[in-house]
Amino acid sequence: MKNLVILGAGTAGTMMANHLVSKLKIDTWKITIIDQYKTHYYQPGFLFLPFDIYTTKQVKKNGKKFIPKAVTYIQEKIEQIVPDKNEVLLESNKKLQYDILIIATGTKIAPEETEGMKGPMWHKNIFDFYTYEGAKALRNKFREWEGGKLVIHITEMPIKCPVAPLEFAFLADSYFKNKGIRDQVDITFVTPLDGAFTKPKATKALHYLLEEKNIKEVTDFNIERVDYKNHKIIDYADTKVEYDLLVTIPTNMGDSLLERSGLGDDLNFVPTNKATLQTIANKNIFAIGDCTNLPASKAGSVAHFEAEILTENILRYIRSEKLKEEFDGHANCFIETGNGKALLIDFNYTQEPVEGSFPFPGVGPLSLLKESRINHMGKMAFKWIYWNMLIKGVHIPFVSATMSEKGKKLN
Amino acid sequence: MEKKLAKITVNVNEEGYLTDFSQWTKEVGNEIAKEQEIEMTNKHWEVIAYIHEKFKNEEPLSIRGIKKSGVINIKEFYQLFPGGPLKKATMIAGIPKPKSCI
Repeated sequence: MKNLVILGAGTAGTMMANHLVSKLKIDTWKITIIDQYKTHYYQPGFLFLPFDIYTTKQVKKNGKKFIPKAVTYIQEKIEQIVPDKNEVLLESNKKLQYDILIIATGTKIAPEETEGMKGPMWHKNIFDFYTYEGAKALRNKFREWEGGKLVIHITEMPIKCPVAPLEFAFLADSYFKNKGIRDQVDITFVTPLDGAFTKPKATKALHYLLEEKNIKEVTDFNIERVDYKNHKIIDYADTKVEYDLLVTIPTNMGDSLLERSGLGDDLNFVPTNKATLQTIANKNIFAIGDCTNLPASKAGSVAHFEAEILTENILRYIRSEKLKEEFDGHANCFIETGNGKALLIDFNYTQEPVEGSFPFPGVGPLSLLKESRINHMGKMAFKWIYWNMLIKGVHIPFVSATMSEKGKKLN
Repeated sequence: MEKKLAKITVNVNEEGYLTDFSQWTKEVGNEIAKEQEIEMTNKHWEVIAYIHEKFKNEEPLSIRGIKKSGVINIKEFYQLFPGGPLKKATMIAGIPKPKSCI
């Protein structure tokens, strides 16, 4: 019997378990998946939770439901990966041997990396919305908040779902309008990049959204510390931004397991071949999803496209064939713009998001880089697709793992 | 679009970033720096070399990375490339500025 071990039962790990269980011979391969947490969160829903658009029940389910019966599911903390011995060490000192290892441990927020952020005001007037706890605490705060300076802030790149902070700003505009207190709320978007939009075509097509919604931009802001006593964030150039309510996206880091195992970079992300998903350091270790150092977006759609290619490459690796160098950084994301509308973007490592139609060239029904109601319906329908198709490894019709140039206005 | 820098024709985007790193030379970098009103010193070039190293390895650039680089501290980085050090240093280095996905 040979062993394939998957670390992490989030979006990417669960998808891999589902893909591989139907592809590997169960009399030769034992598949094991390990995750210390019982709950599987619908992370895209964390964007909607603060605004009472989704309930807490809509964003979480018991993870076990999504792990195939033929896969061994261990709920325990992983202590270390020992590549020299092809071994995974669990907290209980139990050892697991692997022939193939897939790392899918994701990314986490690390507010402790910024002075003053995770201090006494954490989840009082400084919030994140990238965790279930943060999004829920912010929802409770918003319910009673009477207005003031709302600052939405990105600490540093890379972050999971780079457009979520912008969507958050748009949804906040709608939320406070609906509450009738928009004139009491001053919204500022603070970014270390040189704009809320950074790519030429998107900036041209979408910058009007910020003006239309009266969202101010503070750019090139590299935070040094949070002065939580005086409600200010301060950057290295000594620029100060005052807030009454700070919604920050803290530094994102890979799991500390990778640091303990000597497999991570500065931010604990795993150096990975960007086309094959094999790790640089070990031929029998692969990485997928947010835990890699790939220059792609950290997003569920990316993990989904990666999963199709990684499955093929695991099979090739087993047959001692050359790996397919096929992953192109493909991402496909709905972006909420508020008022029941959304955008859709489809792009990869080299092609920036452009206008066009999707998935059928010239037909749609979804439009790229343009606001529409049908895009918003797509985003809402996506929750069902996620629970029923995506993490179960069911192919989403008409959407290929690599990006298609058809239907796009490339120049 | 094309632009002439240090007698070399290079391709740049609307913001003045080189679109083809293979066209970069130290002289080109110097010309871009002049346009940004930055006078290049050895320290500046050390930072550019570090940025090139990161670029070749396809590692993202961040202020944190600069802090850990051992080349320079953040205060010095701001002094060398005033007003948005990452976007100015990348422009001089002939590589794309740090970006998000839209």
